Amino acid sequence: MKTKILISLLLLTALCGPAWAKLNVVSTTPDLASIAAEIGGDRISLTALAKPTEDPHFVDAKPSLILKLNRADAVIEGGAELETGWLPRLLDQARNAKLAAGTPGHISAARGVPLKEIPTSLDRSQGDIHAAGNPHYLMDPLNARIVARNICEAFCALDAKSCDAYRANLKQFTDALDAKLAEWQKKLEPFKGREVVAYHNSWLYFGDRFGLKIDLFLEPKPGVPPTPRHLAGIILKMKEDKVHVILVDPYLDRRTAETVAAKTDATVVDVAQFPGAIKGTEAGYIPLMDYLVNSVSKALAGNK
Amino acid sequence: MDATGAHVVQRENMSLKCLKCLFGWFSALCLSALIAQAQETNEVEQLKRQLQQLQENFERVQREQHQQIETLTRKLDDLARQQTGEAEKRKLEQELATDLQKSQPPAAPPTLAPSAPWSPEQPLTIARAGSAYMNFSLDALTDFGWSSVADPSTFLQLGDHDPHSRGFGLLNAEMVLDGAVDPYFKGFANIVFKLDQNNQTSVELEETYLQTISLPANLQVKAGQFLADFGRQNTQHPHQWAFVDDPLILTRTFGPDGLRGIGGQLSWLAPTPFFTEATLGLFNGQGGTAFSFRNPGDPDYLGVNRFHGRTTMDRNLSSPGDMLFVPRLASSFDLTDQQTLVAGVSAAFGPNDTGFHEYTQVYGTDLYWKWKPAKAHAGFPFVSWQTEALYQRYGAASDPTVSLPSENLEDWGFYSQVLWGFKERWVAGLRGDYVDGTSGAYDPFDVFRGQRTRISPDLTFYPSEFSKIRLQYNYDQGVLFGTGHSVWLQIEFLLGAHGAHKF
Repeated sequence: MKTKILISLLLLTALCGPAWAKLNVVSTTPDLASIAAEIGGDRISLTALAKPTEDPHFVDAKPSLILKLNRADAVIEGGAELETGWLPRLLDQARNAKLAAGTPGHISAARGVPLKEIPTSLDRSQGDIHAAGNPHYLMDPLNARIVARNICEAFCALDAKSCDAYRANLKQFTDALDAKLAEWQKKLEPFKGREVVAYHNSWLYFGDRFGLKIDLFLEPKPGVPPTPRHLAGIILKMKEDKVHVILVDPYLDRRTAETVAAKTDATVVDVAQFPGAIKGTEAGYIPLMDYLVNSVSKALAGNK
Repeated sequence: MDATGAHVVQRENMSLKCLKCLFGWFSALCLSALIAQAQETNEVEQLKRQLQQLQENFERVQREQHQQIETLTRKLDDLARQQTGEAEKRKLEQELATDLQKSQPPAAPPTLAPSAPWSPEQPLTIARAGSAYMNFSLDALTDFGWSSVADPSTFLQLGDHDPHSRGFGLLNAEMVLDGAVDPYFKGFANIVFKLDQNNQTSVELEETYLQTISLPANLQVKAGQFLADFGRQNTQHPHQWAFVDDPLILTRTFGPDGLRGIGGQLSWLAPTPFFTEATLGLFNGQGGTAFSFRNPGDPDYLGVNRFHGRTTMDRNLSSPGDMLFVPRLASSFDLTDQQTLVAGVSAAFGPNDTGFHEYTQVYGTDLYWKWKPAKAHAGFPFVSWQTEALYQRYGAASDPTVSLPSENLEDWGFYSQVLWGFKERWVAGLRGDYVDGTSGAYDPFDVFRGQRTRISPDLTFYPSEFSKIRLQYNYDQGVLFGTGHSVWLQIEFLLGAHGAHKF
């Protein structure tokens, strides 16, 4: 009797298996994962290789990540060389033909995204620059729209049965995003043209979308740690231009920012590009942008 | 002409005159009438012509407009067709992709992004990650140092890429090329240039191999000249090392150049819940880079090749069993989100050149642990610990000419190193080395035998990912040379695009 039940259970799972078979998706960073979650819903299982608080430029190519890629149906990468220090090595060892470059399982999120700051010459004396352009493009909600569409198209190609569901999810997400974008723009409208300091040049797209000038950096050059000499220059410039907001990502040195803030009467705002890196932003991309717009506008309003 | 004929002519002439007259009048009349008429017809004609011209003009304009409209509609049609074509193409592409995927393993057709046409103000880039066919880099290590031992190369620094003389040295300038060959293979080449003590350049083809990308069943094949997958450090190139020199036990078992050679390797990712990789390498196992295997050794003062004191022979491959086998099993666990452990066991089996039936066995175990906090920036701070222990049994044949018996020469040893990335760009390290072996009846002046210990603290500063400055102190103690103190300063620079390293 017991064996019969067991067999019938096994049969049942075998029969239902394909209907439940979820697309196993791995994304490099948590922001891409949050958008993939919006599109895939419960039809995909999702893992992000980098943790939300981790520096996305320097993720260790741990063997456990090789295993995740080995078992994936699709990998979503930023497509702007942000992960160039660790993803190619992982993919080399993953032995997964489904993720080979050029196959539908290798999803480049940045396709069609107008990347900024593409260097005209590659010169490392200018710091650790990205040849493909500034890779922090997802901080502009309009780019999130493009990424969502790319991911939806890729999911449709991989799992045609669920394509309608993916398309419906895409519409729902972009509608919500459009409504929110209008709200965010209204909220930051009063601060148009205001200057803001960032630790690293990862807020260019955010600034451009919402009319903020985020062009002063605590790092003298991308990837080069702040020097007192450079910080002194920044402090003087902040005083001269009356800049009172400094943005810092969780994996950057907050103390440096606090030191500068103390000397310029500025506010340090904790920002993050990845949902979950800051408490209250775990729910996804829109809650994260909500948090960013609210905290930046609050800081700008507090210092006039 | 006769008379009648002349008459007729005259008469005819007469009537002709009359006719002419009549004609003249008539024509005069006619002419006047015609002129009057012509004046009328002229105006009509003109009008007509004008009308015609107008009509022609109108028609021409109409034709031109029509043509314009036609070209515009054609353009519009083209555009629309293009758009629907694009959508159709995309749809077809997706369908084909899924269809092809169903019928065969994907062969990864590389989809190239349309490249913008080159313009003169753009710089010429030879190698650029992502848009070049391959990574191309040059990495050079320059050493400067001093040792209490006059010639460190004789006893202390036995590795080929270790700094081994007082003063300056450049023992590793490697050119690395790597990239995808086609949808099936990746290619890798590492060409090393080094300067000897007489500043003569020598070139080594350290590695040149291809590796499969898309084999089924979690398999991967590597073939060519490459470093054997034994332990952790043997597969690393000198610029990846945490210290300026190779651990003593690795130089002792695998020689100055590490264990590498021409061969093939099959590796398999096991379907376990944690990372497990099984590897089997197969090599010719001949020459100095198969140090403890079919290596004829160095000529003595008479020009006779010797290894561990014994004369050697040129032993050829008489059966497949005479090849060098290198199996390895490695597993990795994430102890927490911030701690990773990699553990492995390796072995190497193959014949050696001291006799027709002599074999060497090497066994090794390795452990690597790393901690990096969740909010690390640029990879700092971190703490890592790496240890390898090896045991070697070298079956040496007897050599009656120097009265050496047939015996097993056993050697063992380990190194253990801790690295602490205490501040962004700064790493402090400490390594301990120990090697020993059975005394045996070997040549007592064999630098690759006997007991040795070494303690090496070092400090490395990385101005960027592409350069480093390292200061290391070695305290050496050995039965052959007593004690030694050495200080080495090493500067590295890396130019170009260099592929990422293994964890």
